[in-house]
Amino acid sequence: MILQARGLVRSYGATPALRGVTLGLAEGEILAVTGPSGCGKSTLIHCLAGILRPDAGEVLYLGQRVDTLSEAARSKLRRGAFGVLFQFGQLVAELTAAENVALPLMLAGTGRREARTAALSWLERLGVAELADQRPGEVSGGQQQRVALARALVTEPRVLFADEPTGALDTLAGEQVLGHLVRLAREQGTTVVLVTHEPRIAGYADRELTLRDGVIDATGMGLTDKAVGA
Amino acid sequence: MSATPAAGSTTAHVLLGLLAAGPRHGYELKRAHDERLPRAKPLAYGQVYATLGRLQRDGLVTAVGQDQAGGPERTSYALTPAGRAQLDSWLERIETPAPYVTSTLLAKVAVALLVADADKARTYLVAQRRAHVERLRELTAVKTAPGADLGAVIAADFAIVHLDADLRWLQTTLERVANTHGEVRS
Repeated sequence: MILQARGLVRSYGATPALRGVTLGLAEGEILAVTGPSGCGKSTLIHCLAGILRPDAGEVLYLGQRVDTLSEAARSKLRRGAFGVLFQFGQLVAELTAAENVALPLMLAGTGRREARTAALSWLERLGVAELADQRPGEVSGGQQQRVALARALVTEPRVLFADEPTGALDTLAGEQVLGHLVRLAREQGTTVVLVTHEPRIAGYADRELTLRDGVIDATGMGLTDKAVGA
Repeated sequence: MSATPAAGSTTAHVLLGLLAAGPRHGYELKRAHDERLPRAKPLAYGQVYATLGRLQRDGLVTAVGQDQAGGPERTSYALTPAGRAQLDSWLERIETPAPYVTSTLLAKVAVALLVADADKARTYLVAQRRAHVERLRELTAVKTAPGADLGAVIAADFAIVHLDADLRWLQTTLERVANTHGEVRS
């Protein structure tokens, strides 16, 4: 298991978002986390990625606790071993595509020239090399998301967290982003946690886990195991 | 009369399902069918009687009485134990996930709600969902395979969007069943 969660609980004020979630991811596995709006899937991915701290329970990466790390140590993890891709809005508007992609490497101490070379190579792999010197506002949503994916992958993370990565895109642009994401993850052996509410998107994953009201729904349909005789 | 097994058609099973609630005559069955499956093609009376005839021949329904309340004489039919067994077997059989299964799915789910107990109907829906998800994954693999040609990709797309729609509908149906099962059965 590369990543594990045990008994995760997280509330926002009096509203529970996670009510005891336990799961494990094998190395290289692509897991889709599905469920209706408000089921806790974004909270789960944020806890797994070390962005949010759970109120109770544990998150383990390669057997080491993530949830008890300091904010600085969790940030470091997200700049190295973990890659994160959101729906939109994560690129720095003032920087070019190449600068955006180079940023995580430079924050980790890589020199400017070397970081730019790596960034250009990732933009190339995502089919957007020609956009290297354009700013996010000058390119389409699908292109922005490919740049964001290049940025999430440039540090060659062991785990990629993607939260509704195609949610803001039209069907074809979304598919292109996902096609790249899945192909590159397979090539690199990257483990992926893919949050989506769309069955069609979950079809890209090896396995699907459905959340409902903050707990895992084994049937995928809002039923208890007992109700379906499972 | 033709030798086609009566239980080969969706219509025959919907009629068996409607009879699970108690004996009815052909006119009532046609009305109940059209109410229950409003988007389906309305049943012709001829088809109702022909199907009932085949079901009776095969021992799945039996004539239980005549009724002549101010109109022409009408025969009521009732489900036999063999008919009930045939109905249950149909309800439990997973439909092959394919672009055009939707209307059969609708018929099956509508009948399942009518006759099955809630747990049984849900078990069926969950199993059907699994079959759909599995097929969706296979088709996604086909279209994302390196070197997949455009023809294969658009054919896979076509099937995927239909399966996706079925899955959304299955989910919504389950949520409705969870909330209103008692009402649906009445």
